[in-house]
Amino acid sequence: MTDAEGKAKKAGKSAVGIFFEEVSRSSLIVPILAIFSGLVLGGVIVALSSEDVYTMWAVSPIQAIGNGLKAAWESYVTLFAGAFGSPAKMIAALQGGDALEIRRAFNPVFESLVKSIPYMFAGLAVALGFRTGLFNIGVEGQIFMGGIFSVWVGYTFTGLPAIIHVPFAFLAGALGGALWGFIPGLLKAKTGGHEVINTIMMNYIAFRLTDWLLREPMKSPASTNPISPVIQDSAMLPQFFPDPIRFHLGFFVALAVAALVYWFLFKTKWGFDLRTVGANPRAARYAGMNIVKSTIVAMSLSGALAGMAGANELLGVNHHLSQTFSPGYGFDSIALALLGKSHPVGVVLSALLFGTLRNGATKMQAAAGIPIDIISVMQALILAFIAAPAIIRTIFRLKEPKKAEPGVRVSGWGGS
Amino acid sequence: MTAQTSTLQTGQVYVSQIRRRVLGLVFLGVAALIWLAFVRGIDPEMTTKMRLVPGGSTVAVEDWEFNTQSALQVLAFGCAVLGAYQLVRGFGRRTGLAFALIGSMFVFAFLSWAASGGMLNLAGMLRIMFIRSVPLTLGALSGILCERAGVVNIAIEGMMLTAAMIGTIVGSVSNLWIGLLSAVLAGGLLGLVHAVMSIKYRTDQIISGTVINIFAVGITSFISGKFMQKYPQINDPGIFRPYEVPVLGRIPFLGPVLFRHNIFVYAMIFFVILLTFMLFKTRWGLRLRAVGEHPKAADTLGINVFKTRYMAVILGGMMAGFAGAYFTLGSVGRFDQVMTAGRGFIALAAMIFGNWTPAGAMVAGLIFGFSDSLAASLALLRVKIPSEFLLMTPYVITMLVLAGVVGRGQMPAADGTPYNKEGAA
Repeated sequence: MTDAEGKAKKAGKSAVGIFFEEVSRSSLIVPILAIFSGLVLGGVIVALSSEDVYTMWAVSPIQAIGNGLKAAWESYVTLFAGAFGSPAKMIAALQGGDALEIRRAFNPVFESLVKSIPYMFAGLAVALGFRTGLFNIGVEGQIFMGGIFSVWVGYTFTGLPAIIHVPFAFLAGALGGALWGFIPGLLKAKTGGHEVINTIMMNYIAFRLTDWLLREPMKSPASTNPISPVIQDSAMLPQFFPDPIRFHLGFFVALAVAALVYWFLFKTKWGFDLRTVGANPRAARYAGMNIVKSTIVAMSLSGALAGMAGANELLGVNHHLSQTFSPGYGFDSIALALLGKSHPVGVVLSALLFGTLRNGATKMQAAAGIPIDIISVMQALILAFIAAPAIIRTIFRLKEPKKAEPGVRVSGWGGS
Repeated sequence: MTAQTSTLQTGQVYVSQIRRRVLGLVFLGVAALIWLAFVRGIDPEMTTKMRLVPGGSTVAVEDWEFNTQSALQVLAFGCAVLGAYQLVRGFGRRTGLAFALIGSMFVFAFLSWAASGGMLNLAGMLRIMFIRSVPLTLGALSGILCERAGVVNIAIEGMMLTAAMIGTIVGSVSNLWIGLLSAVLAGGLLGLVHAVMSIKYRTDQIISGTVINIFAVGITSFISGKFMQKYPQINDPGIFRPYEVPVLGRIPFLGPVLFRHNIFVYAMIFFVILLTFMLFKTRWGLRLRAVGEHPKAADTLGINVFKTRYMAVILGGMMAGFAGAYFTLGSVGRFDQVMTAGRGFIALAAMIFGNWTPAGAMVAGLIFGFSDSLAASLALLRVKIPSEFLLMTPYVITMLVLAGVVGRGQMPAADGTPYNKEGAA
C-alpha cells in the first residue's frame, strides 16, 4: 500500500474509526487494558471461588453463573468502598459535624495513600534498576535491611530532637538498603555474577538475618513475640491528623524522592551515564564511561530507595520491626515498575493504584471473607500482560504500534 | 560473561596459577583454624560419641566413641597435607574433589568439637540430610532441564508451591498416586505457561518466572485461605510411607540412612541417573544442549529450536511439580500457605553450584540439605551458633560460586536469550 492509498483509505474512514485506530496504536492503551484485564480475571477467580456457584449449579446453571458474577461484583464494590470510603457516610459525617466521625469517614482515602507510599519507594528502586540495565529482584531484602537499620537508630538513640532523629533514622534505612544493593552491584561489576541470582540470595540472607536479630539481639524485652522495641517518639514520621488517620510525612518525602530520581536520571550527567551503561554497555565503554563504577552506583542507589521503603513503613506506620512488616512490597513493585514504564511519574501513579487495591482488599477480606491474596493474583496477571503486550493486543484485537514497543530485556544470563 | 572462563577441552577446566596458590593457602588456613579454634581449647581426656542408628531404626549398631583431641589433630594434619600439596603441585582438575574433602573434614571437625562430652546422632542427621535434599535436588533438575535448553527458570518456587497444593487437594479426594500425578501435571501446566510467555511471546524469561512466582503465592494462599482451612477434608491426603529396600536396608548404619525412605528419595536418585544419561549420552540430550548453547547452529542443522524448548520447559515444570508434591504428600501430609519457604530458590542455587549437571545438583542438594539438617539439630550441641546463620549457607555459597571464588560454573551459552528465527539478534 502506498502512502497516497493509505491516506485515501484513512480519509474514507469515519472520525470515530480514525480515533480508535490512533488509540489502538498508542502506547498508553496497553497498561490500561492490562489493569482492566487483571481486574476482570481477578473477578472471574472470585466468582469461581464463591461456594454459592457450586450449590446452585445442580439447580440451575444459569442462576449459578449469575450468582458468581454477583459475588464478584459485590466483592469489587466492597473493595472500592474500602479503598475510597462511602460518600454517604462522608456527607452524613460532615453534616453531623463530629470531628472524629469526619475523620473516620475520610480515613479510607488517606489509608490508601498510606499504603501506596512503600510502593512508591520500592517501585522507584526497581525502576531505577531497569533504567540502568539491572534487574533488582532484591528489593524485598533491601526493604528489610532498611527496616532493621532505621528501627535500630529509632529506638537506640534517645534525647534527639525530632528534626534530627527522623532524618537520621530515615537515612540509616536508606544506608541499610544501599549496603544490600552495593554487594550484588560489586559482585556484578567485578566478577560478572548475575545480579538476579545474587539479589535473590541476598533476599533470603536478609530474611534469616531478620529472624535472628528478632530472636536475639534486637528482640523487645517487653514482648514474647519476635518483635523489636518500639522506636522513640522523636523518630516517628509525623502524622498530619489525629487518630485514626495514619497519613504521614512519608507521602511527601516519597513524592520528593520521585522528583529527585527523575531529575537525577534524566537531567544530570551522572544519570545519563548510568542510563547509557544500562542501555548499551559496549557503547558506554567506547565513550569512556566507567562501567564498574556505574553498576555499583546504580545498584546501591536502587537499594537505597528500597531501604527508604522499609524505613518509611517502620518510622511512619508500624513503629517496630517484625518479620511480617512487608507483605511482599518488593516483589509487587516489579509489576508496578513495569506498569509505570520505569518512569518516576508512572511509578507514582501505579503505586497509588497498588496502594488503593491493597487497602481495599484488606477491607474486602474483613467484610466479604475474600483472602487478600487475590490482589497478588491480579498483580501477577497485570505484570504478565504488561511484559507481553502481544497478549493484550491479541485479546483486544489492537493494531501493532507504529514503532516497536520497547520490551523489557534483562541482560542475558550467559553474558552478552 | 562466559569469556572470562577458559575451557581447554570438555571436562578439563583450566586452573590458573594464582587460583591454585590461593586455594592452597585457603586449605592451610582451614588446617590452622581447626588447630587454633578447636584443638587448643579442648580437654585431652574428652571424648565425642556419635550414634550410628537413626531414630526408628531396628538395625542395632554400637555408638562410635573416640577421643576428641586426637581426632581433631588427625583432621588438622590431613587438611595441612592437602593444603601443602595444593600449594606446591596443585590438584589440577581434581581441585573440586580436594575442596569437597577439605570442606567435609572441617565440618566433621566442627561437629566432633561441638559435640564433645556429649552425643550426636550422626546417622539421624545424615538421614534427614537425604530427605531435606529431595526438593532441592529435584527442583534443581527442573532448572537444569529448562536452562540446558536455554530458558531461565526462576519459577521453580512457584511451580513447586502450586503443585504442592494441587497434589494435596486431588490426593485428598482421590488417592495419593492420583494426587502425585496431578501435582506433576500442575507443574507441567505452569511450565507450559512459562514456555508460551517466554518462547512464543518472547517475554523476558526472568519476568515470566516472576509472574509465575507471584501468581502461585497469590492463588495458593487464596484457595488455602478460602477453602482448605474451612474444609479440612480436602487438606488431608496422607503421606507416602517409607519403604525399606530388602537386604540393603539391613546393612548397619548405611541401611537406615540410605535405604529406608519414601518414594521421593528413591525417585530423586533415579531421576539424577536418568537425566545424566539422557542429557549426556543420548541424541535427545545432545539436541537439547545444542539448543541451549547455540540455537542458531542447532536450527541450521534441522533441530526445531522452539519445539525442543517447549518440551524442555514443560518437562522441567513437571519435575518441579514432582518436587512440590514432596512437601505435602512426601513430608507433612498437609498444605500450608507459602510452605515451600524459598526452597525453590535454594534449588536454583543448587543448580548453579552443581554447574548445571544432575549429579552436581545432587551433591549441592545434599550439602544444602545437610546445612538444613544441621540447623535443626544445633540445639543439641554444646556450642550455641544461631541456626539462622546455618540456614544462610546455601545462599552465601551460591554467591561465592557465582563470584568465582569456589570455581566458576559454566552456564549454557544461550541461557536466557529468546530465540528469534528471523535472526534479528
